Amino acid sequence: MSMFAIFGVSGSAISSQSQRLNVVASNLANADAVAGPDGQSYKARQVLFETVPMGGSGNAGVKVKNITEDQTPARRLHNPGHPSADAEGYVTHSNVNPVEEMVNMMSASRSYQNNVEVMNTAKSLLLKTLQMGQ
Amino acid sequence: MLEQMTARLDFHSQSLLLRSQRQQVIASNIANADTPGFVARDFNFTAALQKATGSAATASLPAMTDAAHMRIGGRGPGGAVSMAYTVQTQPSQDGNSVDLDRERANFVDNSIRYESTLRFINGNVKTMLTAISGQ
Repeated sequence: MSMFAIFGVSGSAISSQSQRLNVVASNLANADAVAGPDGQSYKARQVLFETVPMGGSGNAGVKVKNITEDQTPARRLHNPGHPSADAEGYVTHSNVNPVEEMVNMMSASRSYQNNVEVMNTAKSLLLKTLQMGQ
Repeated sequence: MLEQMTARLDFHSQSLLLRSQRQQVIASNIANADTPGFVARDFNFTAALQKATGSAATASLPAMTDAAHMRIGGRGPGGAVSMAYTVQTQPSQDGNSVDLDRERANFVDNSIRYESTLRFINGNVKTMLTAISGQ
């Protein structure tokens, strides 16, 4: 019953993809956030995946290696009436690109679905294996 | 006597083991579809089954004339299947070589073949039961 290892592999992928979805959600939630009094605005975050070996026969799971902050410059919009505007009348927004984040979200959700399907197939195969010879 | 009845199951059991192993390899590929630098792997099922059941032509393997020679091809010393890297059709910027379409097709193909092997085994068992009960 070595096919049980599939649940470990796909499970790690699912948890990594859900973490990616989480990061996308916080990026999208903060897409319109403006900088506070310290002048530091929200920086978009990206997850970085890494392969992690599982078991002897070459099974490869996934884990999140680290979460990096996007270092592109923040969006600055001229809005002198805004309470958070600086001396020149500019408001510093976050550097989140909503289009990129939506694409990231779709990619993460597809990968999540793929892995769920892999687990379902493995489960049905294992159940049929249990009924072998009956 | 009993050995003759169960001998034919050996082939299918080897096939089932290799199918489940291939299923794991493909699941690993699908799991790592978004991992930068991951290289997709697979193995030749036909060759692996021939090696496992001992029906492979040993002449095709390089001869090992010295104890220090390394084994090329076939099963390694630990009985593990020799894995290969899949051919990249559409190279990606991050070095990931998983072709998700192909992997999904392979996964479905492999699961159907796994199930058919299971049915062969079940059919064999039913045949033997019929023979035993003699009805």
